[in-house]
Amino acid sequence: MNQRFKSSMILAVVFSTVLIAVAQQQTSPTHPEVKSRNGDLVVQLCDGQTSVEVAGVRPGEILPPDKAREVANLLMAAYAEQQAQQVSKWTARDRMIWEREQKRMIAEGDKLFHDWKALGGTIGISCDMCHPNAANTHPETYPKFQTQLKKVATLRDMINWCIENPMKGPPLKLDDEKMIALEAYITSTRKGVPLDPGKH
Amino acid sequence: MWHLKWKQREEQYRRERADFFQAVARLDRRSFLKVASMTAAVTTAEQLMPHSFQLVEVVSAATQNKPAFRFAYISDTHLYERELNERFVNAALRAVKDVNALDPQPDFVLFGGDLAQLGQPKELELGKQILSELKAPVKMMVGEHDWFLDMGEKWIELFGPPNYSFDHKGIHFIVLMSVNEKDFWTERNMTPMERMLTVAGLDNPIQSRFEVGEAGREWLKKDLAKVPKTTPLVIFSHSPLYKYYRPWNFWTEDAEAVQAMLFPYKSVTVIHGHTHQMLTNRIRNIHFHGMLSTAWPWPYAPEGLPKLTVQMDRADPFDEADGAGLGTIDVYGGGYVDKHYLLWSRNPLTVAKAYLDSWGKTHRPPAPVFPSY
Repeated sequence: MNQRFKSSMILAVVFSTVLIAVAQQQTSPTHPEVKSRNGDLVVQLCDGQTSVEVAGVRPGEILPPDKAREVANLLMAAYAEQQAQQVSKWTARDRMIWEREQKRMIAEGDKLFHDWKALGGTIGISCDMCHPNAANTHPETYPKFQTQLKKVATLRDMINWCIENPMKGPPLKLDDEKMIALEAYITSTRKGVPLDPGKH
Repeated sequence: MWHLKWKQREEQYRRERADFFQAVARLDRRSFLKVASMTAAVTTAEQLMPHSFQLVEVVSAATQNKPAFRFAYISDTHLYERELNERFVNAALRAVKDVNALDPQPDFVLFGGDLAQLGQPKELELGKQILSELKAPVKMMVGEHDWFLDMGEKWIELFGPPNYSFDHKGIHFIVLMSVNEKDFWTERNMTPMERMLTVAGLDNPIQSRFEVGEAGREWLKKDLAKVPKTTPLVIFSHSPLYKYYRPWNFWTEDAEAVQAMLFPYKSVTVIHGHTHQMLTNRIRNIHFHGMLSTAWPWPYAPEGLPKLTVQMDRADPFDEADGAGLGTIDVYGGGYVDKHYLLWSRNPLTVAKAYLDSWGKTHRPPAPVFPSY
């Protein structure tokens, strides 16, 4: 691969061996930063394991459009090659972990949805009192314009609205694990329901 | 007097209520004039001079169609102690004030059950205190939220037996306890509070289904034995005496058995709470009406909604009174009723006796502007 692009850049496609533990991914995971020995700009692929060193460009500089395109193409080509080498990329074990994690979050959300105390409510009103089985929440329609908020709101905005107003509790941070759990539960109840814009 | 936290809101509500009652008075006069002018137009078309007696005829016909009497219906207040939740207390007080403002006063007020949220003695006592402010006599019905902490002990102490009947102006009224459940708690070793919380969760699948039960049906049989088949019946149950949606217990397991006991009667009206939504159904000679909650609206279930139901507008989640309210019922001599939903944040809506009489073909109430939830 280096041969093909030698004229314009010195390339180093680095397959990092750093494993990121699931436990560390509480919020948005950040990939370990790869640094260039020459102090050049390093661009990383979203898999966190592949990177390209752009010769002659320093960090903080903006890539010219044609060079940016070239870097993106190179990264995608490397990614495709990487995938082609793995006959079965996702193992049964991977799927098991994802499923277990998703179910755990849905179950946690279900619990919170029925428990005003756990959600920080102060007056005895819980989510399920107005939304049995998360009915009438329509997560699939968000983000949408909420006339009352006078802006396009996300499902998390509305979850917080319900926590703050009917439930009289403090709003959750948007990346709070409780918030993600509520979103997981609410969304899980609407899987496979046809989208009906304008109705909900 | 109660201490009200939101004085401004209460004041706004008082003003709105005054406007509403003025509007109702104006409406009566306008609809009368409309009828009168229609008569005049018809007679002109037939090349006849309008005579004064024609107007008299219209008036007397209207009088004959007038309901015999009116009662009010407050339901599902779901009270917590005031220190924990003032919102539901204020809503209950608002309903009491609404009914007290009715002129003329209703013959009585039926409370449709779920006075308390978790069956706590203090919740029930608070409810009794609030309802004691009503000027009209109050008839009480029990709901599952009042019952499953101590299996009705406190409720019976405060309000008497849950099954009873009375006669009023030619109508036989029956208050029927319909929220018995088969024992799901002993085997699971549940505490009274765990049992209460299970029943209180609408979407909790562990609980049994509501039923009048064998003892209740036996009581009903005995009560009906002394009532002629021509006497109009009005029955109050907390859960609907039909099967709407089982997963949320919008459901009475032995509904068919109870209906079978009512089919021989000429006119039967069943009025229920529990579902917190506008709900209308008819099965043969039985007219069913679901009433509103003062606390919060439930959404409609995904299936099983009776066809005659005119659905509520989608409630505004930013307005705590939207989708909630109370009702009044006009009873005709024949026993069937017009029901009026007094929605707090929407225009009042009437589901007329004639709408049910015609199986929904005529007198259809206006459809909501927004899609139903």
